[in-house]
Amino acid sequence: MGVFIYDSTWTGFLSTIFEIFERRVRPVNITTVGRYMPDVFAQPLHVTTDEVKAERVLAGIAKKISAPAVRKLYACFLSELPGIENTLYAYIRLVFAMKESPERAYADPDVLRVSQVDKMVHREKHRMEAFVRFQLTSDDLYYAAVEPDYNVLPLILNHFKRRYADQRWLIYDLRRDYGIYYDLKTVEEVTLSFNDKSTGSEPSIPLFHEEEALYQALWKDYFKHVNIKERKNDKLHLQHVPKRYWKNLTEKFNLLMW
Amino acid sequence: MSERIREKLQILTDAAKYDVSCSSSGSSRKNKNKGLGDTGNGICHTYTEDGRCVSLLKILFTNVCIFDCAYCVTRKSNDIKRVAFTVQEVVDLTLNFYRRNYIEGLFLSSGIFKDADHTMERLVRVAKKLRKEHNFNGYIHLKSIPGASDELMHEAGLYADRLSINIEIPTESGLKLLAPDKDHKEMFRPMNYLKNEIILKKEEKKLFRKAPLFTPAGQSSQMIIGAAKESDKDIMYTAAKLYTGFNLKRVYYSGYVPVSNDRRLPGLGSAVPMVRENRLYQTDWLMRFYGFGVKELLNDANPHLDLDIDPKLSWALRNLSCFPMDINKVSLHEILRVPGIGMQSAHKIVAARKFQKLNWDHLKKIGVAINRAKYFITCGSRQFESRDLSAMKIKQFILGGSASKYLKIAQQQLSLF
Ligand code: SF4
Repeated sequence: MGVFIYDSTWTGFLSTIFEIFERRVRPVNITTVGRYMPDVFAQPLHVTTDEVKAERVLAGIAKKISAPAVRKLYACFLSELPGIENTLYAYIRLVFAMKESPERAYADPDVLRVSQVDKMVHREKHRMEAFVRFQLTSDDLYYAAVEPDYNVLPLILNHFKRRYADQRWLIYDLRRDYGIYYDLKTVEEVTLSFNDKSTGSEPSIPLFHEEEALYQALWKDYFKHVNIKERKNDKLHLQHVPKRYWKNLTEKFNLLMW
Repeated sequence: MSERIREKLQILTDAAKYDVSCSSSGSSRKNKNKGLGDTGNGICHTYTEDGRCVSLLKILFTNVCIFDCAYCVTRKSNDIKRVAFTVQEVVDLTLNFYRRNYIEGLFLSSGIFKDADHTMERLVRVAKKLRKEHNFNGYIHLKSIPGASDELMHEAGLYADRLSINIEIPTESGLKLLAPDKDHKEMFRPMNYLKNEIILKKEEKKLFRKAPLFTPAGQSSQMIIGAAKESDKDIMYTAAKLYTGFNLKRVYYSGYVPVSNDRRLPGLGSAVPMVRENRLYQTDWLMRFYGFGVKELLNDANPHLDLDIDPKLSWALRNLSCFPMDINKVSLHEILRVPGIGMQSAHKIVAARKFQKLNWDHLKKIGVAINRAKYFITCGSRQFESRDLSAMKIKQFILGGSASKYLKIAQQQLSLF
């Protein structure tokens, strides 16, 4: 078995596919630096991430399947699920082996899996588009912290850029420790250095705009009063707003946490 | 100051919450010139503890009302505190909620505080200010006030994504009894005006791409369920008339929540008819997306929907002669009529069977509820239900197989199919 280790980026993954096809290795196991478990029998190959090779693979795939189907592969990749690379590889093999695009051959297990994982990732994308809660800071930045199950910031970027074109905003993925920041012109990927407590020179409490507390209170009032008590349905409520998201939802956390 | 606005918001939210429509879809307003907001498929930003989608800031402009509709908390004779927002207050709330990604936009309704035109004028002013002064492109849903002038309705159409008039009571006699100030015909007048105007503006838009949007998400309405002793047939025939006669985009069904001990109505403490409400929504979906005619689902022989099984299964059991269908052969249209097969599965079946004949295993993986569908279809497996079962037996098997599950769900809000 050929074991391939890559740097966990999309370009790195596509470079890996290139290497596998070029070396005609089968069967394979694709894994990331972080996930690889050393194994005495395997001699893993560390793939070098290569833009040009990645481009060639992507172009080859795009020639055979529809644009939405290509986006599905990318979405699956962002799931970061263990082993998803092997599913994607199997799918891509099928793409190159078949005359017709296999994207709708749902009776094939890998095709079905891609369609299912894509759905899971998109569900998380929609959740984040819904659950981002901006808080206005004293320097007029709308800031939101999120902790999505999958790495969906690349998928929600355009939505927020289109919608909030006239305000500066930052959405930060606490789990993956990076964010996307819009400065009224473009969106960039950023990493924050939260003030280290040990240095202790600057206050780590963010300064919120003077109106922020009022609007959070109003939103909580609204959330409470729009509810119809006679129709209470906790199960349905929890199904739509699972508890793990609560800590970043204004209507769910306690007022004035700062 | 902040206490005052909080009190108003609390009261005017409480008064607006019985209007169940909270949809923010059906419009595709673009964000122009780096303004604020856009509309698209509509996002539920959160869910209330009763499990309903929160997508819009849904409030009354005022709960002062000159009418006395028995089923409404805002009715004139109810002894409650009355308040009113200013135009600026509604605008500020909308913008600040929107910028924080709490909402998709505003749904503004109102008690009728002086007459129809005064009320409508105030709603239009809020929308105009948002659009013109703040370049706001989020979703705006305004209530059409029955009796408002055509000029005001026209202006409303220019700024709103959706306009709605709630029929509330499906029959004319029921309306007379419960809302004596309301005139059945007056309610349909603005609806009809808007319908014609929307058609006209769509034609214009085809000719001149620059023509302004006019109520792009169309009109909607709501009926209260279980307040006026109406039958399911009354409700759904009225709904069908709204869809075909007035081109409505959505009709909502809202189980009556008792608000008084008026003898004309179910008393305080009566249960909200939630299962019935859900069956009506399912029927609505079957009409709009699954190609069913309302007369197939409800008629003089069957004026009420079954509460224990969904309307598609009821229909199938009444029409066993249409089955079994060969899943590898019949059209999409026919597949959609099979109990246990939803919209997505139906499309997947049609796509996947081009590559190979489908068997039970494939169907299961695609997401078909085999324990229901198996009585109605054949496929590329040798085994299928060959007994000649009666409708009664099939119903028993299906309910028996999922009895405990059914009971559990019945208390919750049911999902669609
Ligand atoms: S007119 Fe509207 S707000 Fe006034 S009582 Fe009737 S339903 Fe309620």
